[in-house]
Amino acid sequence: MPPERTDSGGAVGAGRWFSRLQGLGPVLGLVLLCVAGTLLNSDFATTENAMNVLTRTAFIGIIAVGMCFVIISGGIDLSVGSMAALIAGCMILLMNALGAMGWPAITVVLAGMLFSLLLGGVFGLAHGLLITRGRIEPFIVTLGTLGIYRAYLTYFADGGAITLENTLADSYSPVYYASWLGVPVPVWVFAAVAIAGSVLLNRTAFGRYVQAIGSNEQVARYAAVRVDRVKVLTYVLLGVCVGIATLLYVPRLGSASPTTGLLWELEAIAAVIVGGTALRGGAGSVTGTVVGAILLSVISNILNLTSIISVYLNAAVQGFVIIIVAFMQRRRP
Amino acid sequence: MTIAVGFHQVTKSFGPVEVLHGVSFDLAPGRIYALLGENGAGKSTLMKIAAGYEQPGGGEVRINGQPVRFAGSRDAEAAGIVLIHQEFNLAEDLTVAQNISLGHEKRRGWLLDERAMREDAQAALRQVGFEVDPDRRVRELIVAEKQLVEIAKAVARRARFLIMDEPTATLTPGETERLFALMARLKAEGTTIVFISHKLEEVERYTDEVIVMRDGQFVTRRPTAELSRQQMANLMVGRELSDLFPAKVVPSAAPPLLSVRGFEVPGWASGIDFDVGAGEILGFAGLVGAGRTELFEGLLGLRPATGRVEIEGRPVRLHSPREAADNGLTYLSEDRKGKGLHVDFGLAENLTLMDLARYARPWLRKSDERDALARAVEAYGIRTGSLTLRAASLSGGNQQKLALAKVLQPEPRVVVLDEPTRGVDVGAKRDIYFLVQKLAASGCAVVVISSELVELIGLCHRVAVMRRGRLEATLDATRLDERELIAHATGTH
Repeated sequence: MPPERTDSGGAVGAGRWFSRLQGLGPVLGLVLLCVAGTLLNSDFATTENAMNVLTRTAFIGIIAVGMCFVIISGGIDLSVGSMAALIAGCMILLMNALGAMGWPAITVVLAGMLFSLLLGGVFGLAHGLLITRGRIEPFIVTLGTLGIYRAYLTYFADGGAITLENTLADSYSPVYYASWLGVPVPVWVFAAVAIAGSVLLNRTAFGRYVQAIGSNEQVARYAAVRVDRVKVLTYVLLGVCVGIATLLYVPRLGSASPTTGLLWELEAIAAVIVGGTALRGGAGSVTGTVVGAILLSVISNILNLTSIISVYLNAAVQGFVIIIVAFMQRRRP
Repeated sequence: MTIAVGFHQVTKSFGPVEVLHGVSFDLAPGRIYALLGENGAGKSTLMKIAAGYEQPGGGEVRINGQPVRFAGSRDAEAAGIVLIHQEFNLAEDLTVAQNISLGHEKRRGWLLDERAMREDAQAALRQVGFEVDPDRRVRELIVAEKQLVEIAKAVARRARFLIMDEPTATLTPGETERLFALMARLKAEGTTIVFISHKLEEVERYTDEVIVMRDGQFVTRRPTAELSRQQMANLMVGRELSDLFPAKVVPSAAPPLLSVRGFEVPGWASGIDFDVGAGEILGFAGLVGAGRTELFEGLLGLRPATGRVEIEGRPVRLHSPREAADNGLTYLSEDRKGKGLHVDFGLAENLTLMDLARYARPWLRKSDERDALARAVEAYGIRTGSLTLRAASLSGGNQQKLALAKVLQPEPRVVVLDEPTRGVDVGAKRDIYFLVQKLAASGCAVVVISSELVELIGLCHRVAVMRRGRLEATLDATRLDERELIAHATGTH
C-alpha cells in the first residue's frame, strides 16, 4: 500500500480536476477524430455516413454497455462474441422450425427475438453462478465458454452457415434496415440501452452496489450488500445485452456462421476501457463506454473513407488507440 | 555506529495546503522518543520525510549535522533509517522469510540463497520473540502477526534510527511487553527509536522524552517523567480535556435483545453463551487470536457457524450481513480500510451503503443522501472541509466516525463494534465513547470488542473475556479491573 496522504483540500481538488479531464478525454478524442475525418473526406460529415457508423456501432455498443457493468464490478466476460454467434444460430434454427410448423411470420420473428433475450440471460446466469457459487475466476469461466459456445455453433452449422428461411428473413429485415424519423432502428435501440444503462448505473441501488463491489468487495460484503447476487445480475444483464445485439444483427445477414461475432469481446472490452472505465473495476461510466464504442468505429470508418492508412491496419490503429488511452489513464504512482 | 537525526525548518505541502510549517528538532542517539499529536498533526508526514517516502518542501533533514536528501526509502534504509508503517508494507503472497529479506536478497552466484535468508529471518524473528514458521505466507497471518513481521524486517535491516507508527495498536499486552523489551535492547545498542502512539500509558512507561506536534508545528518537548498522562493529552489537543469516558448509565433490567447459546465457529470459537440487553454495553476482551472477531463474523454469517441466536426473542439464522442487518444487527469491522469504508467513494455514498434501499424509490435520491450526510456530520461530529470529499481524505478519527455512522444508518437494535477506536487520537476517542454511550442510552444493545483494557473498563457495563475460542469469564462492574481481565485472558487466573 502506498504511503497515504493525510491532507484534505489540495491534492483532492487537483485530483478531481484531473479526473474530470480524464472523463472528457474520450469525448475530446472523438471530436478531434471527427474534425480530422471531415478535413480528409467530404463524405465523412454527412448524415448518411453518421447513421452508417452509428448502426455499425450499435452491436458492439450495446454489448459494451453490459460489459461496462461487469467490468466495474471487477469481473470480465470474454465469451460475448461466441455467445452472440451461438444465440444467432439457435435463434435461426428455432425460427426455421416454427416457420415450418406454419406459425405466422411475425409471431415467429417475435418468438425468435424473445428466445434471443432469454438465451442471453440464461448464459449470463450460468456465468454468474459458476463465478459466485463455483468460485471460479471470471476470466477462466468465460474463456471456457468462449470455446464452448463457438464450438456448438460450428457443430450445429456443420461447419457451414445456418440460414434463415427467405420469407422469415423478409419479415425480420425491418428490425435492422428500417428507420424511424430518419434514424435506423438499431441506433434507437442502442440509444435506449445506453440511457437505461446509465440510469441503472447512476441512479439505482443496484448500480451503486456494482461500483461498491468493484471498488472493494470486502467492504461491500461487510456493508450488507448481497455481493453474489449483484455479481450474478451483472452477468445476466450482459447476457441480455448480447441477446439484444444479436436480435438486431441476425436480420442483417439472415445467417450465422463460425465467424459471426468474431473478436466482438475484444471490441466491447476496448470500448469500455477507452471510455475511461478501469479494468480493475470500481469506477466507470456508461456514457464513456458509448463514446468509446463510437470512437473505435469512427476510426475504422475514417480508414475506410481515406487511403492514408491501409484498411488492413484497422485493428492495429484501434490497438494503438487502446494502449495510448490506457497510458493516459494509468494511475498516478 | 549511532546516528543523530535532526529536522531543520522542514515544510511540506500537498497541493496548496501546507501540512508542515517549518518543524525543527533534534534527536539524540540511544533514546526512545514519543512523538505525540492528534491525527492530522503532521507526525506521520514528518516521519515519512525522515524515512525517504516523501520529499521535504523546504528545510532539511540532517544526520549527524550533515544535510541529507533521500530519493526514496531505500536511500534512507542505507543510512540506517527505517519506518514501520501503520499500514503494512508486506507482500501478502510471499513467505515471512521472503518478506523480511525483500529488496535485500542474498545471492549465491545468480541464484537466491534461500537457506541463508531463512536463517537471517529466523534470527530476526527470535529477537522480536515471535515464533512463526518463516515459510508461512504472510496472507495467512493475522494483523498482529503481520505487525511483528514488520518489526522483524526492521530488525533484520539493522536500523540505527527506527520509527514505529502505532506499532502496538494491534498487539496484545503480552506481545506489547515483548516489543518493549526489544526496544530496550535496541536502545542499549544505541538505536534511536521514535514511537508514535495514542496509548499514553505506554508512552508514560517506556519512553524517555515526549515531543508534541500540533497542526503541523512543533509544540514542545519534555522528559517523559515530568508529565502525567492528562498533561500529555492536554498538550496534544491544546486545551483542557475533561473526562475521557462518559458516566455509566445503569441499564434497566429487561429481556436481552441479543441472546446467543452454544455458538460455535469451527476452528475459532466454541460453546459461546452470552446475552446483551437494551441499553447495555458488553465488552469482549481477549488476546489477539482468542477468536473474538471470528465469533462475531460467524454470527453475521461471514464464516460457517452453528448455534442458537435470538434477537428480541425471535430465533434467527443469519447467513449474511444483509440478513443480519434486516434482523436489526450490524457490525463495525476492526479493519477500517479493508472492510469498513470505500476510501475511494464519497462520504455520502459510504454513509448510505448499508441502507440504500431507503434512498432508492426506485431512483436514488442524491439530495436525500446529501441531507443524510449533513445530519450525520452534525450528529457524529465528523470534521470535514466539504461534504463532497472522498473518504480517504478524512483523518483516521473522522473516518472512524463515518464508519460508525454508516453501521448505524439501518437503525439496528444490536450493534457490534470491533476495535472502534483503533488508530484514533485522544479527542476522537472521547467523541466515540460518548457516541457509544448515547447509543446504549437510546435503547440499543452494544457489543464492544477491544484490545485496550482501559477502554473496556471505562466504557462497558460487563466484559466477557475470551481465551482460545472459549468464553473464560464474564466480569460485571464490581469486578472490572485490568489485572483480573489479563488473568482471564491469559489463563493465569
